[in-house]
Amino acid sequence: MAVRSDNNTVLAGVTPGGMATPASAGEVADILRSTTGTVVPVGAGTKTGWAAAPTSCDLLLRTTALDRVVEHVPGDLVVVAEAGVPLETLQGQLAEHNQMLALDPPEPGATLGGIVGANASGPRRLRFGTVRDLLIGVTVVLADGTTARAGGKVVKNVAGYDLGKLYTGAHGALGVLVSTTWRLHPLPAAAGTVTVPVADAAEAGRLANLVARSTLTPTAVELRWDGGSGELVVLFESIPASVEAQSAAAIELLGGGERADEPPDWFGERPTGGVVLRMAYEPHALPRVLAALPAGSAGTASACTGVAYLSVPADADLAALRAAIAPYDGSAVVLGKPADLDVDHWGPVADSFGLMTRVKDQFDPGRRLSPGRLLGGL
Amino acid sequence: MVGMTDTEQASARTLELAERLRAAIGAAKVLTDPAQLRTYECDGLEAFRVRPGVVVLAEHRDDVVRTVKLCAQAGIPFVARGSGTGLSGGAVPVSDGVLIVLSRLRSIVDVDPDNARMVVEPGVINLWVTREAAPHDQLYAPDPSSQQVCSIGGNVAENSGGAHCLKYGFTVNHVMGAEVVLADGEVVHLGGSAPEHPGLDLLGAFVGSEGTLGVVTQVTVRLLRVPESVQTMLVGFHSVADAAGTVSDIIAAGILPAAIEMMDALAIEAAEAAVQCNYPEGAEAVLVIELDGPQVEVDEQFEHVETLARARHAFETRIAADAEDRALMWKGRKSAFAAVGRISPSYYVQDGVIPRTRLPEILASMSSLADEANLRVANVFHAGDGNLHPLILFDDAVPGAPKAAEELGFAILDLCIEAGGSITGEHGVGLEKKSKMAGQFTAEDLDTMQLVRCAFDPDGLANPGKLFPTPRLCGERPGVRTADTAPDPALGEVF
Repeated sequence: MAVRSDNNTVLAGVTPGGMATPASAGEVADILRSTTGTVVPVGAGTKTGWAAAPTSCDLLLRTTALDRVVEHVPGDLVVVAEAGVPLETLQGQLAEHNQMLALDPPEPGATLGGIVGANASGPRRLRFGTVRDLLIGVTVVLADGTTARAGGKVVKNVAGYDLGKLYTGAHGALGVLVSTTWRLHPLPAAAGTVTVPVADAAEAGRLANLVARSTLTPTAVELRWDGGSGELVVLFESIPASVEAQSAAAIELLGGGERADEPPDWFGERPTGGVVLRMAYEPHALPRVLAALPAGSAGTASACTGVAYLSVPADADLAALRAAIAPYDGSAVVLGKPADLDVDHWGPVADSFGLMTRVKDQFDPGRRLSPGRLLGGL
Repeated sequence: MVGMTDTEQASARTLELAERLRAAIGAAKVLTDPAQLRTYECDGLEAFRVRPGVVVLAEHRDDVVRTVKLCAQAGIPFVARGSGTGLSGGAVPVSDGVLIVLSRLRSIVDVDPDNARMVVEPGVINLWVTREAAPHDQLYAPDPSSQQVCSIGGNVAENSGGAHCLKYGFTVNHVMGAEVVLADGEVVHLGGSAPEHPGLDLLGAFVGSEGTLGVVTQVTVRLLRVPESVQTMLVGFHSVADAAGTVSDIIAAGILPAAIEMMDALAIEAAEAAVQCNYPEGAEAVLVIELDGPQVEVDEQFEHVETLARARHAFETRIAADAEDRALMWKGRKSAFAAVGRISPSYYVQDGVIPRTRLPEILASMSSLADEANLRVANVFHAGDGNLHPLILFDDAVPGAPKAAEELGFAILDLCIEAGGSITGEHGVGLEKKSKMAGQFTAEDLDTMQLVRCAFDPDGLANPGKLFPTPRLCGERPGVRTADTAPDPALGEVF
């Protein structure tokens, strides 16, 4: 496997010493065994700003050539696909069988491996959960070149530690993902939305709570938020009769609303500009989190799950915002920022950080994989 | 301790530890009387029995912390136990070790319907969570058949499933946070009440680790809204193949029921004898199908399911008329394990998983294996997700029969592995199936899992001798494995 050094890729502000695009798990293992320097694995590179800048990157390891859909058994609702397969490509193949991987992060071109590594999700997490709820098997290559699987090809499986969970959101710091196995869902037959204006943070909380406590089963409830007001869209995806009945029930519950067949343009989009944050908090704290945002913030919130993607001004006091949402188990992680701005990417560490460090050191004792990218500079 | 054998020395050290435990947490919570210890020799898999050196009846988180710290100082292993209903020997004590019983830690700490969360202690019984949530129209989704007696702490250890995980997932999908006492006595909080936290998902690795990564002392679970409609249908078939085919057809039609359970004639016979559940007479197989969600969805999908079942020659389809009727349908299913005791002097439950589409073929292979072994097998499965529960019937008065039953069970697991499935869907690996892990995983896979063990518990004191066929000595290079250094509690013959 040739390692190129003639690239112009810049990774979160760091220029890699070289780049490799292995086409098989064996080639990934060869690279890790035959080199000793630091390695940062990436997929299509759509979310490189989601983790802190690496302290060193001798080699950028792109998984985009690991691009085979290995096995899809429609009757089992399971697919095995290599880490470099773009989500859109996979969805296209699955749709031919009326199936889908129920993940909807919006980054165009994002690969399965990158989505797992960054733990990316979208609005439909309300109904289907996130990577940790859908990834049933995984193959990784460790820092020493060992290839190891965990999980399997069946939905129900409690044999051994579920390492897929550990690799999810690890940004390649524990190993290089080479293959992923997923639980699938049937494609819904119909969709419909109900959209209502939201005057202020308190109303956002009240409306989200009404939906959360009702028997409605939306696949997403998204809030667009801009400067203290916005709109809420409730998405139903099911059989046509259910979409109709639930849309009508939602309009009654919310005291009005516009009915449409498609979600609005802003649905699921990430905000841009300033410092982009992914905030997570207890779902009922939504109005208090919105109220804590600095002036000039805008973005979207998955209103019934306790996750929001917000752009805050570059000069915002991140530490103060984090402190304000801490009572709701809140966190704010940086996804994007101006290149020259120095920010605390992840925020404070919890009492499990010592344990997290020991896990990292077991998997990667030389600290050569994605060094410095994780929480606390791991 | 000059002049003592190793065994005597180990026992003496354990008795010394017991004295320190009495001083630390109070004498009433520390048992060493052999008669009292006997109660804790086994869990739900009675074939494996080991008398622990000491039993600690923890009443508070700090009791657990102090116990674990003293164990760490003395280098004595400990095993955590909830209600002791596990079916893989995961809570079998270590000889001369400490058994930490968590069933007195049974407070509901916080009920938070606005955030759909509940915080409970590990000894809280699974069903209590749903009972506490019910006034708020909420429920806790994981519902193992033992839910009336099994504990949340045990559910976390085993990543317990249940009939409804086809739609709702397992314990790991419903546990948001855990307070954990690590093997050196350090207390850490994994996850929390928010849906995400920066850093590695240590909680995801902890759930289902079968007590090998620490002791859970508090759990935050996620609650779901009670659906608008829940309907249960009982369908009778003249052949197992038709029932299995219907399961595939339902899934292929894009319907995701809350549960699809299957029982064969022998399991039905047992259930009828035990609980008079009034299943369709003369059925070779029944399906219990539950759909939930908005009324209009449930109604339309049930029509669809009924059409699919009829196309596979279902001779009776019955929708539960009311809650009582529904409860009776489920009673037949949930009591099936125990009910088999009515038709056989002894039985042995296995737990394996296959890809759902291979169900008819694997059932045929299982049947041939049973015939070859001259044993009867009653089948109860979570058919929707391919989770088999063969109940192997035998007479322990017949010489060699217990051994033959165990061998048949393991042969069925081999079928599961060959089919690309798993050796356990919900009962865990425990003591019973650790040798089978080497069939499902490579040495590299298992070594990699043990890296997690080494990070959490480098001295291997938390529930040693379970889960892994060969323990790894932490700090060693991968691939260098030692002989089983932990005392293996298996006592020669199983059964």
